[in-house]
Amino acid sequence: MRGDLLWTVFIVFVPMSFLAIGGGASILAPIHHQAVEVYGWISQREFVDMFAISRAAPGPGSILVTLIGWKVAGWPGALVASLGIFLPSSLLCYGVTKAWNRARGTRFHAAIEQGLTPIAAGLMLAGALAIVRSSDSGPIGWAVAALATAIMYWRNIQPLLMLFAGGVLYAVANLILG
Amino acid sequence: MSESSSETTVPAPAAPHPVPTASLRSLFWLFFQIGAMSFGGGLVAWVYREVVEKRHWLPAPDLMSGIALSQVLPGINITNLAVYVGQRMRGMTGSIVSLIALLVVPFFAVIGLAAVYAKIDSISWAHDFMAGVAAAAVGLVLSVTLKSVRAGIRGIGPIAVLIAVFVAVGILRWSLVAVVLVLAPTSVALAWWKQGAKTDAR
Repeated sequence: MRGDLLWTVFIVFVPMSFLAIGGGASILAPIHHQAVEVYGWISQREFVDMFAISRAAPGPGSILVTLIGWKVAGWPGALVASLGIFLPSSLLCYGVTKAWNRARGTRFHAAIEQGLTPIAAGLMLAGALAIVRSSDSGPIGWAVAALATAIMYWRNIQPLLMLFAGGVLYAVANLILG
Repeated sequence: MSESSSETTVPAPAAPHPVPTASLRSLFWLFFQIGAMSFGGGLVAWVYREVVEKRHWLPAPDLMSGIALSQVLPGINITNLAVYVGQRMRGMTGSIVSLIALLVVPFFAVIGLAAVYAKIDSISWAHDFMAGVAAAAVGLVLSVTLKSVRAGIRGIGPIAVLIAVFVAVGILRWSLVAVVLVLAPTSVALAWWKQGAKTDAR
């Protein structure tokens, strides 16, 4: 009975592993559908709370799934739900990476690497814009972003330190100015 | 498909760079930090900075192709990238270690937060701190992108591709996969042709 429940928690999230694109926001609707409507594991209100919590926690948005698993079946539930959402896409990525590396050293491979470089740079910039859009941090946020850009460009500072300083600076500035 | 397609003396195609090495411990530590500080994205740039600029584990085009791959394949970008970097450095074990390192803090943090949720919600500085981390992450992305452009993206073609991707995905919000499927072959053909031109010139 309990094994069945864990298996269900695992298998429900497997297809979503392949549907998640980017940060994982694309799978919110299917997660909601399965957890609230199909299986009734959590209520609508619990879903909204869990969504807010998963936003506040570090990690990809799809970590929400871990929380649902935990709610349904405790720590084992959290573990199998996480495996369901992260393992299948990771296995696929592993296979593709391995195949890709086997072609290393050919002109074909070099051309693909060169060709994908500006694509990746464009995607990173688009990602930065998406963060700016999704946060409603206003002028203080802009100032922190601009400052961080300048410092990281000219100085070799640890990203961990920079992000932490950005968080503290923002909180302090908001306390004083806000 | 490979160098054999051109019969002239092709210079040995950029010799595959020596198999890079990184200890499992340093892989774990890198992705552990990234996982712990990931509030709202921008972490791909962190990987670039550490793996390419600071530790020289991989040359820029190698990681950049991994970044493009990790965004196009299904799954979360940063978990895919952890698998890619792990595989390049230490094979299967590297991928497993990197992935676990990335997820261990988020796994416990989300459950821990759920336990104290009612209290956290009323602490406004916690929310401000996370907004600041996200803002600094934007700065991280911008600085890394500027540097990678300066270091490795030469010529009108690649820069036009970069701008086209940014406008289509970032501003117009077209489907990422569709945009990449159209622009990647164009960009690769451009690089292929450029390499050919370079070979002929010798």
